[in-house]
Amino acid sequence: MNLELNPNLFALVYLIATIFFIFGLKGLSSPKTALRGNGFAMLGMGLAIGATLLNPEVRSYTWILAGLAAGAVIGIPLALKIQMTSMPELVAALHSFVGLSAVFVAFGTYFKHLAHGEAMDGVLMSELAVGSFIGAITFTGSVVAFGKLKGSFGSNPVTFPGQHLLNLVMALGMIGFTADFVMHDRVESFYALTALAFVLGVTLVIPIGGADMPVVVSMLNSYSGWAASATGFTLQNNLLITTGALVGSSGAILSYIMCKAMNRSFFSVILGGFGGEASAASPMAAAAGKGVKSAAVEDAAFVLGNSTKVIIVPGYGMAVAQAQHAVKELWQALVEKGVDVTFATHPVAGRMPGHMNVLLAESEIPYDVVQELEEINPDFASTDAVLIIGANDVVNPAAKTDKSSPLYGMPILDAYKAKQVFLMKRSLKAGYAGVDNALYYYDNCALVFGDAKAACESLTAALHEA
Amino acid sequence: MSAEMVGLYVFILSCFVGYHVIWGVTPALHTPLMAVTNAISAIVVVGGVLVAGAGQVEGAAGPSLVEILGFFAVFLASINIFGGFVVTNRILAMFKRKK
Repeated sequence: MNLELNPNLFALVYLIATIFFIFGLKGLSSPKTALRGNGFAMLGMGLAIGATLLNPEVRSYTWILAGLAAGAVIGIPLALKIQMTSMPELVAALHSFVGLSAVFVAFGTYFKHLAHGEAMDGVLMSELAVGSFIGAITFTGSVVAFGKLKGSFGSNPVTFPGQHLLNLVMALGMIGFTADFVMHDRVESFYALTALAFVLGVTLVIPIGGADMPVVVSMLNSYSGWAASATGFTLQNNLLITTGALVGSSGAILSYIMCKAMNRSFFSVILGGFGGEASAASPMAAAAGKGVKSAAVEDAAFVLGNSTKVIIVPGYGMAVAQAQHAVKELWQALVEKGVDVTFATHPVAGRMPGHMNVLLAESEIPYDVVQELEEINPDFASTDAVLIIGANDVVNPAAKTDKSSPLYGMPILDAYKAKQVFLMKRSLKAGYAGVDNALYYYDNCALVFGDAKAACESLTAALHEA
Repeated sequence: MSAEMVGLYVFILSCFVGYHVIWGVTPALHTPLMAVTNAISAIVVVGGVLVAGAGQVEGAAGPSLVEILGFFAVFLASINIFGGFVVTNRILAMFKRKK
């Protein structure tokens, strides 16, 4: 078929695929259009792969089809079985695959040119080097993030003296090897720069603590996009360049939103060291146990059941305790009593952007009763009771009042303004930022001790009895 | 204009498109946004296909190094494609309105 050989035809199909990807992302502006958007994105991917398979450069299909089939066999069951509470881990794992894939494409492209005796110019070689090192950093960085999220090697920041200097030296070494590879075509330097990038991915992410994980996950999301763009430059393929740029800017914007929601600069997050247990020894921790009120489940149920307006603030504790379904039962019990219940989410509640929204959606709480920080904050003052389930730093008033607090300046949910606050808590331990919560000592705050799931269940039971 | 310059134009303009489209995404859907961008960043599969389909060097026995690298590139990227789209679908199907 002569048509297949026309490069403009491929370019046209790739352009349509790009447009489908943009429609796909655009669909996410509302839950109503989002599913259709995902359909567009899938169609775009199908078109892109289909067109590439017809490319005359493709001479054999064995390994391609084997790779696609193996990927489907692993990817589909993984996606169907994964628990919604484990989404951050899945996302980190998937980032790592894209990163490693980009490394393989870079090396494969290099050896393919060698095998076919095609000349490579400096531009192509530097693009290969960039594609490989961004991919390599994305890979090991995501593996470390995955481990931290899964708790395999603790989520505490790992810091040591000279860490930043070491990173700098490695980054310079990487650039040096890139220059050597491009100028002298030494394949050893190609290996060396990639190896350094693998190490750099680890050392860049280990100092970052659990509280900053949403930023890291978004940042790696962004890297996986830049890796795709760099690969696009090596292949002179505008589809890859465009798609990579879309993903790259998406991750960058999410990182920015997360940083803003924590009032931290991007660089302070990257430099790391925040969010360890070590910093828990704040002066207020000493006062713990003093001036803290607790409430029995029955009392909390009585107050909540007799309120007109209640706001529920879920946090990472809800995810850890897998309490989202118990929360839904509680929501239903309150609604049956005629209480007006709204859920309030903070951008950094949980371990990835939008984590709480997904868990609430999973438990079939309609998305129109879930509101974001800016939307809901004015409502707290006119609210009878707030129930905080496993959230801590995002409701800590110290962020507004205590200049010495590491949280100072972070936008919080103004739960403390409500007439009564119930805070569900396993113990008086500090939050993930290692900061004591000033809210405990407020007059209108009472702690309900217990595991989030068990406590929600007993609250629901108490509401049904009343 | 060289091919690289065209690429640069496309890249920069795409970043602007990305910037505007992403700011329009509702914060409630930031998790599915990450899942779907994850899936589409697996567009590197196109590179993998070109490498894996390079064909054997004449006279060589068994798969070449290029084919092996290409196979793994396609394999890893397609875990992302299938996994990413399926999980996005699963998440989005859960977002329902009040009855």
